[in-house]
Amino acid sequence: MFCSLDELVARIANGASVALGPDRSGCAMAAVRGLLARGARDLKLIGVPQIGFQADMLIGAGCVAQVHTAAITLGEYGLAPRFVKGIKSGAIDILDSTCPAMHAGLQAAEKGLPFMPLRGLIGSDLMRARADWKVIDNPFGDDDPIVLLPAIQPDIALFHARVADRDGNVWVGVARELMLAAHAARETYVTVERVQEHSLLDDEAMAAGTISGLYICAIAEVKQGAWPVGLAGCYEEDRAYLREYVELAASDEGFAAWMKNTAAVERAA
Amino acid sequence: MRKVCVEELLIAQIATRLAGLRHVAVGVSSPIPGAAALLARELSAGALRVSILGSRKHTSFTDGSKELFDCAAQGRIDAFFLGGAQIDGTANINLNAIGGYPQSKVRLPGAFGSSYLYFLVPNVFLFTMAHSSRVLVPRVDFISSPGTSAAKVYRPGGPRALLTNRCVFDFDRSQKRFTLVSVHPGETVTSIRENTGFDYDEDQSVITTAAPSTNTLTLIRGPVASAIAEVYPDFAARVFPHACAA
Repeated sequence: MFCSLDELVARIANGASVALGPDRSGCAMAAVRGLLARGARDLKLIGVPQIGFQADMLIGAGCVAQVHTAAITLGEYGLAPRFVKGIKSGAIDILDSTCPAMHAGLQAAEKGLPFMPLRGLIGSDLMRARADWKVIDNPFGDDDPIVLLPAIQPDIALFHARVADRDGNVWVGVARELMLAAHAARETYVTVERVQEHSLLDDEAMAAGTISGLYICAIAEVKQGAWPVGLAGCYEEDRAYLREYVELAASDEGFAAWMKNTAAVERAA
Repeated sequence: MRKVCVEELLIAQIATRLAGLRHVAVGVSSPIPGAAALLARELSAGALRVSILGSRKHTSFTDGSKELFDCAAQGRIDAFFLGGAQIDGTANINLNAIGGYPQSKVRLPGAFGSSYLYFLVPNVFLFTMAHSSRVLVPRVDFISSPGTSAAKVYRPGGPRALLTNRCVFDFDRSQKRFTLVSVHPGETVTSIRENTGFDYDEDQSVITTAAPSTNTLTLIRGPVASAIAEVYPDFAARVFPHACAA
């Protein structure tokens, strides 16, 4: 289960569907850079429930075939430039969704169910765009239309957390959408700031925010593994770096320069 | 005292509309609604519960990002805020794409939770700081979430008002129309008509949007400014430079 960052990245096959969380939830950015460096192809990204910089970088580098998400957002940094370009040019497919529909699909997979019902949605153009969503008449109600969403089972859930233990348990605290993603995915790969010797499950307070090693297939210890987006309670986002990224990624040339520079920094590290 | 800016005017306006509620939630990319919710909490002497997405300090949620939506479906959230790159006269909103779909001329981040929360939260306030006929359109290009629904669709929630950088509209759900109720200083009923792409009604006595009281302004520039800076540092630095320098 414990492996190097390179080994962890190598396990993410081209064409895999990969569940990723938003920028503040714990992003395995070092692993994402590993995918960029490898030239990963045809990934299908799944937002839990939305994605930020990870998606923009992977799309820019041509690693992505499809994005299934409630949104791609860089928050205060503005629109995700490579995502926008990818949609304009038709280079990537988009499966537009809404946050609770992403959660519900993952919850269906978590429960081993084929689908989950969800309120809302009816009359939106999301319903028209999503041929895989169906409206039924609530069998327990009276003329009450309700949407059914198919389960979302990612091949891989990938994220970064503060700490794991030697049994492969991983602590995510209140970022429980990561727990949902891990429960739903076939395999879960995690980078962590550190690995501790004593079990996270020994301490009731920590156990509540811990994903059982039952779900975890690969762990790599990577200090600052969420840089530059930051890790809640651990370190802040690198605002200057992220601003520079957004400026560079506004153009093809700028993004290419960012990629080149990123590769050079990774080699030197 | 420094002149009241439009952001502060709107923060106070929104806060007024949150009075008496139990729980207000604020989504992503919503610094002004977030500040308004924090102000409303100050004005309620702490009685109002505020949950701001992206905040570690100002949130009620401990069960991951799904909890907001589960709460909304149970009726535990009284108010929420939605924006739109396009908003039309029946309160449909577009957060997805302009000019074709799925291959779009203008691609936006996506629907977020709007396609759900708009149906379930009783008091949804629409909000935009880009009031023009390009944003307030006769018909949105893509309905991320509809403003109104057929009678049989389960919908305890929906739009109450639209607040912009120029004015305030109320929304009448049975008529499916907006009504102009107040214009901000510097605007007139004519300037609003010229800058609005959809048709709407005018209140019999359209007033000038009320400026916040000195007390309210002190709260906005004090505790509210420093609290909102946790989630929206760029916004706080721009609108409240003094509070943030302190």
